[in-house]
Amino acid sequence: MYKRVIPNGEIQKLIITEETAKIRPYAVVAVLRNIKFTKDRYESFIELQEKLHQNICRKRALVAIGTHDLDTLSGPFTYTAKKPSDIKFKPLNKTKEYTACELMNIYKTDNHLKHYLHIIENKPLYPVIYDSNGVVLSMPPVINGHHSKITVNTRNIFIECTGTDFTKAKIVLDIIVTTFSEYCENQFTVEAAEVVFPNGKLHTFPELAYRKEMVRADLINKKVGIRETPENLAKLLTRMCLKSEVIGDGNQIEIEIPPTRADIIHACDIIEDAAIAYGYNNIQMTLPKTYTIANQFPLNKLTELLRHDMAAAGFTEALTFALCSQEDIADKLGLDISATKAVLISNPKTAEFQVARTTLLPGLLKTIAANRKMPLPLKLFEISDIVIKDSSRDVGARNYRHLCAVYYNKNPGFEIIHGLLDRIMQLLDVPPGEKKGGYVIRASEGPAFFPGRCAEIFARGQSIGKLGVLHPDVITKFELTMPCSCVEINIEPFL
Amino acid sequence: MADGPVAEVLLQRLEAADGGLDSAELAAELGVEHQTVVGAVKSLQALGEIIEAELRSTKRWELTTEGEEIAREGSHEARVFRSVPPEGLPQSELMRLPSGKVGFSKAMSNKWIRVDKSAADGPRVFRVVDSVEDEVQRRLQLVQGGQAEKLGEKERSELRKRKLLTEVNLKTYWVSKGSAFSTSISKQETELSPEMISSGSWRDRPFKPYNFSAHGVLPDSGHLHPLLKVRTQFRQIFLEMGFTEMPTDSYIESSFWNFDALFQPQQHPARDQHDTFFLRDPAQAQQLPMDYVHRVKRTHSQGGYGSQGYKYNWKLDEARKNLLRTHTTSASARALYRLAQKKPFTAAKYFSIDRVFRNETLDATHLAEFHQIEGVVADHGLTLGHLMGVLREFFTKLGITQLRFKPTYNPYTEPSMEVFSYHQGLKKWVEVGNSGIFRPEMLLPMGLPENVSVIAWGLSLERPTMIKYGINNIRELVGHKVNLQMVYDSPLCRLDAERGPPSTQEAA
Repeated sequence: MYKRVIPNGEIQKLIITEETAKIRPYAVVAVLRNIKFTKDRYESFIELQEKLHQNICRKRALVAIGTHDLDTLSGPFTYTAKKPSDIKFKPLNKTKEYTACELMNIYKTDNHLKHYLHIIENKPLYPVIYDSNGVVLSMPPVINGHHSKITVNTRNIFIECTGTDFTKAKIVLDIIVTTFSEYCENQFTVEAAEVVFPNGKLHTFPELAYRKEMVRADLINKKVGIRETPENLAKLLTRMCLKSEVIGDGNQIEIEIPPTRADIIHACDIIEDAAIAYGYNNIQMTLPKTYTIANQFPLNKLTELLRHDMAAAGFTEALTFALCSQEDIADKLGLDISATKAVLISNPKTAEFQVARTTLLPGLLKTIAANRKMPLPLKLFEISDIVIKDSSRDVGARNYRHLCAVYYNKNPGFEIIHGLLDRIMQLLDVPPGEKKGGYVIRASEGPAFFPGRCAEIFARGQSIGKLGVLHPDVITKFELTMPCSCVEINIEPFL
Repeated sequence: MADGPVAEVLLQRLEAADGGLDSAELAAELGVEHQTVVGAVKSLQALGEIIEAELRSTKRWELTTEGEEIAREGSHEARVFRSVPPEGLPQSELMRLPSGKVGFSKAMSNKWIRVDKSAADGPRVFRVVDSVEDEVQRRLQLVQGGQAEKLGEKERSELRKRKLLTEVNLKTYWVSKGSAFSTSISKQETELSPEMISSGSWRDRPFKPYNFSAHGVLPDSGHLHPLLKVRTQFRQIFLEMGFTEMPTDSYIESSFWNFDALFQPQQHPARDQHDTFFLRDPAQAQQLPMDYVHRVKRTHSQGGYGSQGYKYNWKLDEARKNLLRTHTTSASARALYRLAQKKPFTAAKYFSIDRVFRNETLDATHLAEFHQIEGVVADHGLTLGHLMGVLREFFTKLGITQLRFKPTYNPYTEPSMEVFSYHQGLKKWVEVGNSGIFRPEMLLPMGLPENVSVIAWGLSLERPTMIKYGINNIRELVGHKVNLQMVYDSPLCRLDAERGPPSTQEAA
């Protein structure tokens, strides 16, 4: 049972000024009194803070934890925000004082701290906590002061958690103090401390709230698929440190949720704990009686049928990346990126993730380039999605299912690619000719194609793609040397 | 070759010969290269029992190139002798002659010449005898004529030391008549032809034996990609289990459907730039179902539907942010939302297998794009036991029968389970999937009835493919750096059958 105790002497106080409101408004505090550290406990204490920083604190952006040797300080404490040039102190593990501006520069090259500078860097005022003698406890979320550094010998710890999310700050504080209160002289007790908010309101922390939840025993049984008595279920939950007992009509279980379980926000969280205590592998496996008739997604069904016949036609299937460089879909094909209506990715780590592909052709050409040593001819195909911006869609973009095939050999093989197109139309039951529902190809041109060897394909009343001999510029830009023909069509009109 | 002139002559000689003949002798007799005779012997052998050939190793003495020269021109010492006129020759001049240096010392030791060192214009060479017998040349000519045996052992050794003779190991064949000997050999056929069929001449022709241990001619075929072959099998499994395929043909998704609708809070680390690809253009989703959005907002920030919620400020702008979907669970959410709009509720089983994108660190087994397999069952009164039962049937179709479950955490399922199976090759339990029951905070705002549970599970397509086909580096499987030879050679995807030799069974 974790308890918050009011100290006999003076209660520690943190006063928040209104300057913090714009940058990091919330702070919560607590004291661990008469704690006994060993080397392991001390290292664990530091590690817990780091772990919390990484996950629930979302890399210190939401909450930052500062722990201090209370015996080196004197309250009351002030949490305010000041101009960087006005903040000067000796930070943790350094030998002299620096201003906040200087520290921002110094830590730019620090592999650990450089990731947190951006949280306050460009703000006019930086958060800072002082004690009553003007000693800097910390400049959250970046670094603590050296003065109040905790060591293995520290007996009394002052903890402050500042941040932009009040709920998370309270949870984080609860986690730290409950975990380490075990090592206090008065085991499992935490000394209360107060926060005075800018509006004058006073709050006492840590909250260490216990709450009671009620769950019906038959609900647990129903959701897990077991048949335990309410008493047994209460026992299982108690084993999970959720103290429970059967109350009321014998079907209700009352569960006490301790402050260490901020993750329990719905009955399903309690049900999971019951299932874990029961043992997942002890649960009987049963099949649902759900009767359904399966349906294939029509576009995928068509794709599967076409894939097999493309292989039967002698072409080999490739699977290429949907993300590529801007060059791949524009410059290398003689186009300007703005003409492609491509979806652009923000902050790509490398050029390979700049855009989503608007054509399958670059992927196939790159596959040939990576397999130069294979015997000729190389006949590849891919039936997969490309992405185009489309303002009529809820997200502003949509996929199209394309079929693309290339023929790479000592001769361009245009008639072979043309023949492949004829075969595909035959398989799709689209007759040649201008008649309704038929297909025709008409001479065309395009920057990616060799002049006089390019055609546009019209079927079911619309243009569905192009075929032709690739332009030598395209061939060389993709680091290839042989002539190459290709065809690329949208297969969605054939659904 | 068996019908060549050499073979014919060989057979004729063999008929006349007593016992047999030697291939090298025959070659010399016919004036052809020994190899030609050997070729004829071998091709005759291939015809069956016509001849018998025994490999023999004989030694022969042959002249070296220098030896041949001497046999022609005479030994160096003899040439030296001949070039000294009666009046003698200055030594310096003698030494400049082609055989001079080599022949001088030998001629001296033979006492054919002498040097007068006291001559006026330098040392002068004079003949000692009037004529000489060029023994060396005579001996070499004997060997050349095939009569090396007339020379003594010592003489042969001496010539060998002077590098004029070499001993050669000659492999010859001793050819004798076989049980089916005949001087007339007919040409062997290799293939049946239309003419032979119509004329019936095939009955009289012998056919060359077929080499069954060589490979045939591979048909000129196309090939399907191994990963997609595995995808076909998984689709098949789901369809066999009555699951309907969800539409997933949209790589671009809004944060709302990818995260918020799944009850994943806006402060969750997965929504960082580090793990998710956000879009520059189009940056925001313009259309969202606003009634539903408000319910989601309330659930996140204040709670409801029996939940405390996360208690933070939920922002619409954050939900509008477009991204490349990080899982196909967003498509499942859309499908469940559509299901919830249909009243009255009818149970459903859905699946999808499609591409997802993660902006994480890349290594030998991780790429930025991969394929996720997802199965979902929505019905009244589903339990964790039902989830495990469905998983058992699903994995049995993959040939995996031993399953164990371990508690885990997902933001949108509770309870959650990791699924493990026992890998025979590695002799340990390996993770084969992730599963759980969707949280009420996700399902109830959609409008699904309260006692409807939705169980779900997922796994990646790449991992079982790499294990099945023994591939260690994902780049050889997916993307343009694919090993095309591997694609050409990969066998049928039979998920429930053990793969050939277990040597390549390694976990991805």
